[in-house]
Amino acid sequence: MFDVMTVRADFPILERETRPGVPLVYLDSAASSQKPYQVIEAMDDYYRRYHSNVHRGIHELSEAATFAYEGARVRVARFINAPESDQVIYVRNATEGINLVAYSWGRSNIGAGDEILLTEMEHHANLVPWQILAEEKGATIRYLPFNENGTLDLAALPALLTERTKVFSFTAMSNVFGTVTPLRTLIDAAHSAGAIAVVDAAQCVAHLPVDVQELNCDFLVFSGHKMCGPTGIGILYGRRSLLEAMPPFLGGGDMIRRVTLEGSSWNDLPWKFEAGTPSIADAIGLGVAVDYLTGLGMEAVHEHEQFIVNYALEALSEVEGVRLLGPPATQRGGVAAFTLSGIHPHDIAQILDEEGIAIRAGHHCAMPLHQKLQIPASARASFYMYTTIEEVDKLVEGLARTKRIFRT
Amino acid sequence: MSSDLYREQIIDLYENPLNFGELDPCDFSYEEDNPLCGDVVRLDVRLDSNRRIADVRWRGEGCAISQASASLLTEEIKGMTLEEVKAFSKERLLELIGVPLSMARVKCALLSLKVLKAGAYGIPSPGEMRGEDD
Ligand SMILES: Cc1ncc(COP(=O)(O)O)c(C=O)c1O
Repeated sequence: MFDVMTVRADFPILERETRPGVPLVYLDSAASSQKPYQVIEAMDDYYRRYHSNVHRGIHELSEAATFAYEGARVRVARFINAPESDQVIYVRNATEGINLVAYSWGRSNIGAGDEILLTEMEHHANLVPWQILAEEKGATIRYLPFNENGTLDLAALPALLTERTKVFSFTAMSNVFGTVTPLRTLIDAAHSAGAIAVVDAAQCVAHLPVDVQELNCDFLVFSGHKMCGPTGIGILYGRRSLLEAMPPFLGGGDMIRRVTLEGSSWNDLPWKFEAGTPSIADAIGLGVAVDYLTGLGMEAVHEHEQFIVNYALEALSEVEGVRLLGPPATQRGGVAAFTLSGIHPHDIAQILDEEGIAIRAGHHCAMPLHQKLQIPASARASFYMYTTIEEVDKLVEGLARTKRIFRT
Repeated sequence: MSSDLYREQIIDLYENPLNFGELDPCDFSYEEDNPLCGDVVRLDVRLDSNRRIADVRWRGEGCAISQASASLLTEEIKGMTLEEVKAFSKERLLELIGVPLSMARVKCALLSLKVLKAGAYGIPSPGEMRGEDD
């Protein structure tokens, strides 16, 4: 049985006060989630007991480190139901995963006149790497628009996916609207146009069950730090045939089979894409994070967030002057972005901070989305499995106080 | 309900800004935004025959700190020479604002000063530079 207070007890940081007598109300998990002690202790244990380099030593410590590092990969592969763990590549974060695809796959498969399809609600991580690629290759980027309520305009999709479209890359869950996008529909549409489908699952994997085989996506990326894991580690999942055909992204140690002064040959998957000493402790931490999530059950995590976001949307909509961005609770994850009339989001966040409430204010790395809405910025509260109703109440009280200070 | 940062003065200036508007013609004009926050400030400055600031107007959008800072700065620099404007220190503006600012908010507070100095040094506005490229 899912119990939020039991879950909270796993997260040491949630006990802290931001100032004496002011407990932390952490409503910024979409930017980065907090970590359960299991993850923190596993990383600590690695550094205390068996830190050494991986794949390089014959000695006891290196064996243990390699075993833990590769074991984490297997756990992540199971978590997203990858057919085999060598299709799970360690990167630094979702951003690096998309860059890897854009540089390695993109540079060998995109040419002048080709088209790249994105959506208007992407995070900069899923915009800028493609813009760099398009500029370099003379390709064109098209954007699937979003509707006023923050859902994708699917009616516009057929006209945007043409025989020139080589790749369709889109978010599985908007980090501003919270919108959960219809993945199967988008992936199937890409395939029927002959394009590959890249899924930015940075938000989604942390909050919803994901099965890459059922989705039938070609690439999928996410970051460990948004899903109870550490920073510095992320995942690129890829279809085997594509990964095998791709040239390396970075060159160096670990990614080679043989090096001579005349040239080199590449290592097998996944190491072909993992040049240099990796983030070993972080990979181990991520393995423990996915175990933690599996232990709670992603369905249960999702259900709790639905409960919270439902409550939050209702409570926020009763605050005079609040404009909520995005779709109804049933179509979104645990994210509630809004504006408050006459008060800049930065001021909102600052006043909430005085009460220990952490939210995000700004454009949340989605400037084009805000430009289309014609707002310079928004405030965003985001929730996770440890968020309580009482915390949402504090947010709403904090907004009332903000309005009093600003006399609105 | 007290808030260190949002003293009456800041909120008053946010609601009733000083020197808000435009000057046409003016001797220099500069605009810059702080894309991270969505703050934007534009300054128009008119000089007298001694190259002192005869009048200054600003307009913009953004958080209370960036907007209050623009009011305070424009009020302070009237009558100054260009050289004095160029030497106007960050510390002096922060002192005028007079509330404790976190690192993230210092940028908001200093946007108007950045705009003023860029204008005083005759740097073309980022907008205009982009315009020339197009
Ligand atoms: C939808 C989405 N994509 C990509 C990213 C980038 O994640 P990271 O900064 O960990 O690479 C984020 C994180 O903010 C996100 O929300």
